[in-house]
Amino acid sequence: MITELGHFALILAFLVAIVQAVVPLIGAHKHWYGWMAVAEPAAKMQFLFTGFAFAALTYAFVTSDFSLRLVWLNSHSAKPMLYKISGVWGNHEGSMLLWVLILTLFGACAAWFGGNLPPTLRARVLAVQSAVAVAFFAFIIFTSNPFLRLAVPPFDGQDLNPLLQDPGLAFHPPFLYLGYVGLSMAFSFAIAALLEGRVDAAWARWVRPWTLAAWIFLSIGIGLGSWWAYYELGWGGFWFWDPVENASFMPWLLAAALLHSAIVVEKRESLKSWTILLAILAFGFSLIGTFIVRSGLLTSVHAFANDPERGVFILMILGSFTGGALILFAMRASAMEAKGVFGVVSRESALVANNVLLAVACFVVFVGTLWPMFAEMFWDRKLSVGPPFFNMAFTPFMILLGVILPVGSTLAWKRGKIGHAVYQMRFVFALAVALALLVWVMQTGRTLMGPIGLFLGAWIIFGASLDIWMRAQRKWDRLLRLPRADWGKAVAHGGLGVTMFGIAGLMAWQVEDIRIAEVDTPFMVGGFELELKGVDRVQGPNYLSTMGRVILRKDGTEIAVLNPEKRNYPVAQMPTTEAAIDYRFLRDVYVVIGDPQEGGGWTLRTYIKPLANWIWAGVLLMALGGFLSLSDRRFRVGAGESKRRTRTVAAE
Amino acid sequence: MRYFIVAICMLLALPLGAVQPDEVLDDPVLEQRARDLSKGLRCLVCQNESIDESDASLARDLRILLRERLVQGDTDEQAISFIVDRYGEYVLLRPTVTGSNWLLWAAGPLMLLMAGGVGFAYLRGRDKASEQTIEALSDVEKSRLAELLNDD
Repeated sequence: MITELGHFALILAFLVAIVQAVVPLIGAHKHWYGWMAVAEPAAKMQFLFTGFAFAALTYAFVTSDFSLRLVWLNSHSAKPMLYKISGVWGNHEGSMLLWVLILTLFGACAAWFGGNLPPTLRARVLAVQSAVAVAFFAFIIFTSNPFLRLAVPPFDGQDLNPLLQDPGLAFHPPFLYLGYVGLSMAFSFAIAALLEGRVDAAWARWVRPWTLAAWIFLSIGIGLGSWWAYYELGWGGFWFWDPVENASFMPWLLAAALLHSAIVVEKRESLKSWTILLAILAFGFSLIGTFIVRSGLLTSVHAFANDPERGVFILMILGSFTGGALILFAMRASAMEAKGVFGVVSRESALVANNVLLAVACFVVFVGTLWPMFAEMFWDRKLSVGPPFFNMAFTPFMILLGVILPVGSTLAWKRGKIGHAVYQMRFVFALAVALALLVWVMQTGRTLMGPIGLFLGAWIIFGASLDIWMRAQRKWDRLLRLPRADWGKAVAHGGLGVTMFGIAGLMAWQVEDIRIAEVDTPFMVGGFELELKGVDRVQGPNYLSTMGRVILRKDGTEIAVLNPEKRNYPVAQMPTTEAAIDYRFLRDVYVVIGDPQEGGGWTLRTYIKPLANWIWAGVLLMALGGFLSLSDRRFRVGAGESKRRTRTVAAE
Repeated sequence: MRYFIVAICMLLALPLGAVQPDEVLDDPVLEQRARDLSKGLRCLVCQNESIDESDASLARDLRILLRERLVQGDTDEQAISFIVDRYGEYVLLRPTVTGSNWLLWAAGPLMLLMAGGVGFAYLRGRDKASEQTIEALSDVEKSRLAELLNDD
């Protein structure tokens, strides 16, 4: 019964979305205020209906209602509650429902918090947002309906893919979708601005918080996914340049570019048409990501729903929205005249350079991801484009970005002096070079990667620190009174530096050991002593585990007991590895257990991974920086007003 | 049962094991070369994994084959081309710069040149715009300014 109500609510939401996509748009065009006013209640209703549909589906998963086809395919009565809930979005249909739930959530948020937008702009934003929703409601209802029943309900389900039964992955998709879909707001604002024919500083100020929020969520989502891959896939890689990873990385790069270009629009009223184009492209890449994951066009570890029919549908959505938006852009872009004037050496041009590098880096990822498909279509060549290509073709742009970042971010607005900015940074530069040289001397290997990475990381981190110190005019008490946006900038840039540290450390100085470990026989790996004490069979809630007990010692003292596991999920008939990791500030010790050997002993893999945690710590810092910036007063409605008033009162 | 699990691993491309202890060569230099090379070779039955990471039995066969070639004295290039001759360029995770592939490799630098050029032209435009804007402003704004001042 609840299922049917949920199904019905979904259809109602679809109908409301159609109304919301059409009526306010006509209203805004004709200046009929009654018609425009439809948008707000419609956006809220749409969200409530979709929320109800999602709750109904969650209820079916929680109560293990196997008469629902989707629940039967992706759940099992013995599964822990967390994974019953995360199972809702651990499949194609449910994740699409989550997708549109978040889409309508953003629409409703725009209706709730958009009180200070001009009425026509608000009506247009909400209408465009709803048009996107209409397409995805249609996609769900006509090709991927989660509410289909089975005529004869089976006794138990087929279980969720065991790889997905993991706390890190349980929250990976919601964050990722918040990011993907959050970019739809930037898209809606861009289209609305094109329809209005006006882009000004106010527009940039409205669009920036949405982009910032989307970027924060996308960062957290990507970070979670990468951390999950690190501890779950069994050899501690953190990024694989898999098409699906790239699909989330491309919108992230463009959203980062958009964040920076929106600053120029806000402060200087320049780069307007480029910013609009970026907003369109960023959401376009979100749609491309959805298409790549769900069409089966590109093979990937985590592509689900390899269904050509669905692929064609999403391709149509992608084509009509990005295509339509680009045509509109071509027609209207010339109307947006830049106002600000600035020199070739200025903060503005540093931000342009940032945009060029991020956009080109995104382009490289895009070409690399789709190249196998192009090559097969046009030249009949079956080839692969893998991590070696991306590492070579992508990394230089990030290095360049890292090199110019500290100088660019301290250049003066309008007209700067490059010599002055560089001169300010002389101690930071010396410090970073000294660190790189120290590491170069200390390291045993031959790679340049480690020292270069540490140089860049230190250069960015110390540069960001110096930047905020100078903003505070080198006074401690002013430091805390700086606007949150300044702190956000410093923390986010510092986070990038920390991530670069981590990547360089992990890739340059990882130690690996593969051996057959006999029980009670200690062995040494990179200065650590490990000893396999025994292997037990353990029964989990819905799996059987082979769990090793490994004692980790450093200089004779025991520092940890590690329990690497191999799990077998009988219902899904699938094994997983659970690496045991001793997380420390400067290094992780990562142990994986393999098969028992005929002559006794077990295959044991040990890795020492220097600075591994820094990768995700940096991502968290970037997200935190974004959040600080988002909480800045100028983005809060009326906050500036009240503060100003109290200050005048105090002055009197 | 074990074969069954291995078969499933192949289907799902789960990296449970990767390089096994019995495959490791005694000569550490040769072994390191083998590891470096196998990171650039694709496991054919997996989805986007190198044979160094994959647990599939075919990947294991390829790892052993690669090591055999190296032990027999092949250079890196000879060993790779031996495998490419048999399995096609699909096994190369790093595409060669042959035929149409030059476009793939040149895509980034070319785009950077183009985007950099457009960006620089834009910046020059913004720089030059200053004088024109001041002139344009003075014409229209003067009368308006005079009006406003007279109002007061």
